[in-house]
Amino acid sequence: MNLTRRHFLILLPAAAVAWEHVLAGAPEAAPNYKMAEHWWGLLINIEKCIGCGSCVRACQKENNVPDGYYRTWIERYRVSEQWGVAEPIVDSPDGGKNGFPPSNDPNMKEFFVPKMCNHCADSPCTQVCPVGATFITPDGVVLVDEKYCVGCRYCIQACPYGCRFLHPEKKTAQKCTLCYHRITKGLTTACCEVCPTGARQLADLKNPKDPIHEFLRNHSVEVLKPHLATGAKVTYYGLDASVR
Amino acid sequence: MPTDGFMYPNEIELQWSVLIALYPYLTGLVAGAFILASLERVFRVDAVKPTYRLALLTALSFLLVAPLPLQLHLGHPERSFEMFLTPHTSSAMAMFGFVYLWYLMAVLVVEIWLDYRRDIVLMSRSSTGLKRLFYRMLTLGSDNISERALQLDQKVGWIVTVVGIPSAFLLHGYVGFIFGSVKANPWWSTPLMPVVFLFSAMVSGIAAVMLIYILVTKLRREPTDMRCVDTIARYLFYTFIIDFSLEMLDLIHRIYEADESFRSLDFMVHTRLYLSQIVIQIVAGTLIPIGLLALTQVVKLREDVRKRIYVLVGTLTLIGIFAMRWNVVIGGQLFSKSFLGYTTYKIGFITREGLLMTVALCILPLIILWILVKLLPPWYQPSEERLMPVSAPGGRRASAGL
Repeated sequence: MNLTRRHFLILLPAAAVAWEHVLAGAPEAAPNYKMAEHWWGLLINIEKCIGCGSCVRACQKENNVPDGYYRTWIERYRVSEQWGVAEPIVDSPDGGKNGFPPSNDPNMKEFFVPKMCNHCADSPCTQVCPVGATFITPDGVVLVDEKYCVGCRYCIQACPYGCRFLHPEKKTAQKCTLCYHRITKGLTTACCEVCPTGARQLADLKNPKDPIHEFLRNHSVEVLKPHLATGAKVTYYGLDASVR
Repeated sequence: MPTDGFMYPNEIELQWSVLIALYPYLTGLVAGAFILASLERVFRVDAVKPTYRLALLTALSFLLVAPLPLQLHLGHPERSFEMFLTPHTSSAMAMFGFVYLWYLMAVLVVEIWLDYRRDIVLMSRSSTGLKRLFYRMLTLGSDNISERALQLDQKVGWIVTVVGIPSAFLLHGYVGFIFGSVKANPWWSTPLMPVVFLFSAMVSGIAAVMLIYILVTKLRREPTDMRCVDTIARYLFYTFIIDFSLEMLDLIHRIYEADESFRSLDFMVHTRLYLSQIVIQIVAGTLIPIGLLALTQVVKLREDVRKRIYVLVGTLTLIGIFAMRWNVVIGGQLFSKSFLGYTTYKIGFITREGLLMTVALCILPLIILWILVKLLPPWYQPSEERLMPVSAPGGRRASAGL
């Protein structure tokens, strides 16, 4: 191919734009991290969660989450029962960031449910994104390319768990990234890192030796809204039937 | 109190505003108006001939405005072209641009151009100056209006209309699919949604063209062709019956099935959506118009009484169908996906997605229609001497005057 200097200079800006688009779709990487060797999920042990809110605060700090929006939050369920029908009362003041006011009603069972993106294997949010700005990485993390997102909010509507929001300044969809910038460097997520009781544990579902993966294999666990068949990878231990 | 009970923390802010309710309303009017036009062209319902061109121009006016509410709603409208460049094929929304462009450029504009070509050529010959240049440009260099050429226009136009009917169905059925396929939201998630959207679109489009036709004849101080309006009203009645039956089928199915979302949705219909759904959509926007239309079918009423009834029916129908879009789009966001709480929607006034913008976007198609009618009068009848160079093309176009 005969490429003159003139033609080369003409092509250069186009190539730069094209390269920027290639880079925009590629998640952050770290040396020695092989995406194909992992498939990430998370275990939440309801019985261990004390509703302290450390995970919410850590997430907001780590990911610079704007006030009033949540990549993770904690719900407090207080469930009474009448004639076998559960009547839950749920609250989550400031996403449970600062803990919960005391409540000691002996007639109610009370527990905390941390919530976050379920990084579904068959995620409805990925399916509906009109430009493919939301995508699942080869290691099983659902991410949003904020340089590509048009801000149509279809993904927010499609998420059954209420995990997405529109960033008030960037005007793009945002959600939990499973601290992708951390887990690809061999670290755990910020929420798992700070949890004082170990109620949240990162699991590598491709690694049979991973202790959390082993726990999942040997215990009765459940995901949220299983009837929607989203392939949720955030799994709960000790989940009550009243939780939605 | 903006919320009752428990909402997921990110749900408190409503994501899709009134503009998203306006979008299916506008495309519905397009689809309905086009289907009314096709009655004359494909199904040979001669009685509605006076509204044929008006219906096409109405469809075009509303179609040109339809993408604006979406653009205004996007967080990054400057990136919307990405839907054309890199559409995500699994997304129902990604096909919007293609369906829209297909319908606009391959159906509506082509059909209007073919139908008006002879008039455009004649107007370019009879006008002077800039006007002449404008009409000459509109001819696209095709100024042959011999009988043979016009017959060819007719044939191609017929094919375009035949292709256009499923395209109009696609345009609006697909809008219904955007909502109906969201499994996370039980208010939206039903396979009936595209069909309900389609028939409600036909209802609104037929009602709009009927109203515009009556208004135009009044403004032009010409007698209203009552045979035409009666026929349109009859089709409106039939379509309304199907639309209402489908909506009731959906409602009965939900009540009988009573799944986990039922208590939450039932509460909403009896409280936050009572006015917009029960009063405006079902009673004022559906039952009263159906009752009035049924009355005109069974009782012999005077012309002026019928005309007044049709105006009332048309107005109530348009309000009712807008309420239906509102109840689907806004109603679908007023309850939590946890089924444990409810939020409210407060519409802004002078904001990007506020009331003023909504009203402006409702008026804009009418302004465009007025301009189109000025440029391409549906009732254009060239004088005899202008008709001299050509022989009459079957009389269809020349008799299309109001």
